[in-house]
Amino acid sequence: MQAIFGPGDRVQVMDLEAEQGLTGHMRAPVYCRGKTGEIERFCGAFGNPETLAYGGDGTPAQPLYRVRFKQADVWPGYAGAANDCIEIEVYQHWLKAG
Amino acid sequence: MSHAHSHDHHHDHDHDHAPIEAEDTSSSDTAILADALRMVLIEKGIFTAAEVQDQLTLMEGRSDRNGAAMIARAWVDADYRDALLADGAAAAQALGYDTKGTPLIVLENTAKVHNVVVCTLCSCYPVTLLGPSPEWYKSKAYRGRVVRDPRSVLREFGTEIGPDREVRVHDSTADMRYMIMPKRPKDSAGMTEDALAGLITRNGLIGVAEL
Repeated sequence: MQAIFGPGDRVQVMDLEAEQGLTGHMRAPVYCRGKTGEIERFCGAFGNPETLAYGGDGTPAQPLYRVRFKQADVWPGYAGAANDCIEIEVYQHWLKAG
Repeated sequence: MSHAHSHDHHHDHDHDHAPIEAEDTSSSDTAILADALRMVLIEKGIFTAAEVQDQLTLMEGRSDRNGAAMIARAWVDADYRDALLADGAAAAQALGYDTKGTPLIVLENTAKVHNVVVCTLCSCYPVTLLGPSPEWYKSKAYRGRVVRDPRSVLREFGTEIGPDREVRVHDSTADMRYMIMPKRPKDSAGMTEDALAGLITRNGLIGVAEL
């Protein structure tokens, strides 16, 4: 799989559980699904944990990114400073342009 | 426990007054299952008892002093610092620490940003560089709270981050591992690399403490 996003790109995390009925082992944390952030860096391509978890070979490898979100965009009523952020590793098939 | 010592005072002996110890999980279902599985695998020749012992020795030999040595080197060697921030695993290898093929991202605390690491999925942690993770790192309380209210959690560790500094949480849920480069203490000028390493705490390398 080709990496289609680069640093600075705005991306939205999809909810493959709700949108596509994905079940079982999922790595995109629930709290970032539907949220929009920015690609911090591309980490390389890695075996897909959703198939590796069930004895599969993880192919095709999925591009993995670190996505930076404003905490205030992730948690309603976030109590910290306005510029506080959280960075999460998200595989490409969970992301769409945001 | 030993009963070799003499009792010259009265005890209510309807219980065995063993010393209070950490919770004994050696007879838990999972421990029994793990023991049984290990014995079967040894009997089948998949690995030997000696290899199990070697692995245990290796695990016990890993400690946060590895990570501390890397950070101390980075504080005194600008080229190493740049290499560490560019590719943590390669920089670990350069000092003889093997990260077993797992990428390592080192994040630098600055006057503007304070970084802290968590794994909300489970307890991902750079064990080769920091040793076994502390119990609190694996607790649901830390994992659940530090992502949504990091400043309060940091305060509970005695770490107050001013509102002028960004708190940046790193959720380690996939293939990267993380280590924090704490800010070098202001009064550490002229200290040797070994002495600097002595200032660096495990909690500083996770990002819940400053130095």
